[in-house]
Amino acid sequence: MVSLFGESRAHTAWGRVHRFVHRIVRPTSPAAARGALARRGQLAVLPYGLGRSYGDSCLNPDGLLVETRGLDRLLAFDPASGLLRCEAGVTLAELLGTVVGQPAPDGGVWFLPVSPGTRFVTVGGAIANDVHGKNHERAGSFGRHVRAFGLLRSDGRILRCAPEENAELFAATIGGLGLTGLILEAELQLASVPSLRLETEDIRFADLEGFYRLAAESKDWAYTVAWVDCLARGRALGRGVFSRARHLAGSREDVRPPGPPRLSIPLDPPCSPLNPLSLRLFNALLFHRLGPGGRRSAIRPYPAVFYPLDSIGAWNRLYGPRGFWQYQCVVPADGAPRTIARLLETIAGSGEGSFLAVLKTMGDVPSPGLLSFPMAGTTLALDFPNRGAATLELLARLDRIVLEAGGRLYPAKDGRMPADMFRAGYPNWQRFAERVDPAFSSAFWCRVAGTEAAARIARAA
Amino acid sequence: MSERGRDPRRVAIFGASSAIAEATARLWAVRGARFFLVARDADRLGRIAADLEVRGAGAVATFTADLDDATALGPMLAAMDAALETPDVVLVAFGTLGDQAAIARDPEAVRRTLVTNFVSPAVLLTALAPRLEAAGRGCLAVVTSVAGDRGRAANYVYGAAKGGLSTFLEGLRHRFAGTAVAVLDIRPGPVDTPMTAHFAKGGPLWATPETVAADIARAIDRRRSLLYTPWFWRWIMLVIRLLPEPIFHRLRF
Repeated sequence: MVSLFGESRAHTAWGRVHRFVHRIVRPTSPAAARGALARRGQLAVLPYGLGRSYGDSCLNPDGLLVETRGLDRLLAFDPASGLLRCEAGVTLAELLGTVVGQPAPDGGVWFLPVSPGTRFVTVGGAIANDVHGKNHERAGSFGRHVRAFGLLRSDGRILRCAPEENAELFAATIGGLGLTGLILEAELQLASVPSLRLETEDIRFADLEGFYRLAAESKDWAYTVAWVDCLARGRALGRGVFSRARHLAGSREDVRPPGPPRLSIPLDPPCSPLNPLSLRLFNALLFHRLGPGGRRSAIRPYPAVFYPLDSIGAWNRLYGPRGFWQYQCVVPADGAPRTIARLLETIAGSGEGSFLAVLKTMGDVPSPGLLSFPMAGTTLALDFPNRGAATLELLARLDRIVLEAGGRLYPAKDGRMPADMFRAGYPNWQRFAERVDPAFSSAFWCRVAGTEAAARIARAA
Repeated sequence: MSERGRDPRRVAIFGASSAIAEATARLWAVRGARFFLVARDADRLGRIAADLEVRGAGAVATFTADLDDATALGPMLAAMDAALETPDVVLVAFGTLGDQAAIARDPEAVRRTLVTNFVSPAVLLTALAPRLEAAGRGCLAVVTSVAGDRGRAANYVYGAAKGGLSTFLEGLRHRFAGTAVAVLDIRPGPVDTPMTAHFAKGGPLWATPETVAADIARAIDRRRSLLYTPWFWRWIMLVIRLLPEPIFHRLRF
């Protein structure tokens, strides 16, 4: 059979546990995107940006992936207001190299209002996952800075969505995992910051109480995050290093936008160098590197503060051919310290250490999306090498603790949460399901929405 | 950003919506270049123009035309003269690859392929050349292809057009030898663009438009006359050109 779409390709997500074959199309204009959707036939559709989701939310087995990287144009930027209009496949890295750093009328410079831990995501992906950054307490999630977007539905309509226009679809699409249609372009409000250099402090803390004390003392710091030693147990449970940063005022020094990674992992190591021994060494090193004082201050350009992992291309390959599982939960502020302690105890007791464990408090700035992940409380992000059943069993135990605390998991990082876990964490999910485009689907959505998603696809076909 | 506004050169691009042309234009836009862009699809052309302006272009004028349409040539070049006077750089980047298996059996398709890939650019260059000649400077940069280096069963119609265009450029270069007018023949290998969407990709020989664009910008700055991009195609094509026919005929690539 001759395919209407050129390529069939195996795509994998960032965690590299899932690998599925898809039909691929890469439109370079809204008209081409509309044409591709019109020719979809029986194929279920899903937008695909840079594939930085970790699990299966960006995958659509045997369906059509609409790669958005061909839609990468900056359409308008007003340096007086900081309002940017661009196509959905533009990456945050491209914004850093173009509009970021331009002077703002208040004497500052324009900057991304919210940035996740990598600059290699598309604007469409940042909206679809309603990503958050180290400044969540103040800035909220990415979706809060989206003024409007154009959404292509499978019936060929292009709808402008904004808080006051197609409001339900606007709310469903922010954090909507690409299921409500294809975002073609978006309007973003950039933030004015004093400069592109940051004042930073790294401070060691001995236990979880220390973490919460530092978080409470850091109200004057726009960006906060902490690394936790998840091998520590007993009295040292929850020890780690707290990092905080704020834009430096009065620095006129130019900061070069970061280029492509200088180092890259070119191929799969046959076995992962991330093993129990290196894990122990790495965690001890991170904890003790601050020296006897346990505190270090520095002035650093923004790439070093925001994107340390971006300097190693394809670092996900370090986990070896079996890939790894990410696990990110958020638990409500009330009772959070106790819940986080239980999670860390469970991990430390399991022997399945997480190489990087990241802890952060989230603020109460409301997220606009029906499926937005952030809530006021504490978020813990972990990655576990994929050791099959043992790893999955640990994650299921963590699920129960999160569920009991009234928390939820981040779909962008998930490839396994059971349907009931999703439905409990996202009480708006049925309202969301009504806004899902009938021709769109993903592996994630089939799993968590179950028969409803299957029926929807059948009706559309 | 430090380069912003440093290089206000005037650039005319014919086939401005080709992936290679767009990636190259972005490199010049950051440096503050002024543009005159021609493409067939008005909506895409408008988006590309907006993008170049946001990236730092000094000014962007556009003209919507089918470059195979000989009657559009006059108004198009009048618009170019109005926008840029004489361009410092002309990039000719339009072409169609088509499906050789279908083309080879269809005389009308052969005619169309030769018109788009050889006749139209040759006519356009003939009309542009006196402008640069009169100014006594500038660069005519034209995207041809490694496919023009040797006729192969897989794409000899396209290859013949591109090879003919390379010969045409060689002649122009000969004509302008000793003047400050440069003529650059750009021969890319396979590039991952919409034009090649029907091929399976991902092998080591496939390049991105960004890689090719950086090579083009550098070759123009250095006033080179022939560019293979990525670089290794120079050596691959050298070997392929030197293969004796009896051996060449046993190969299927």
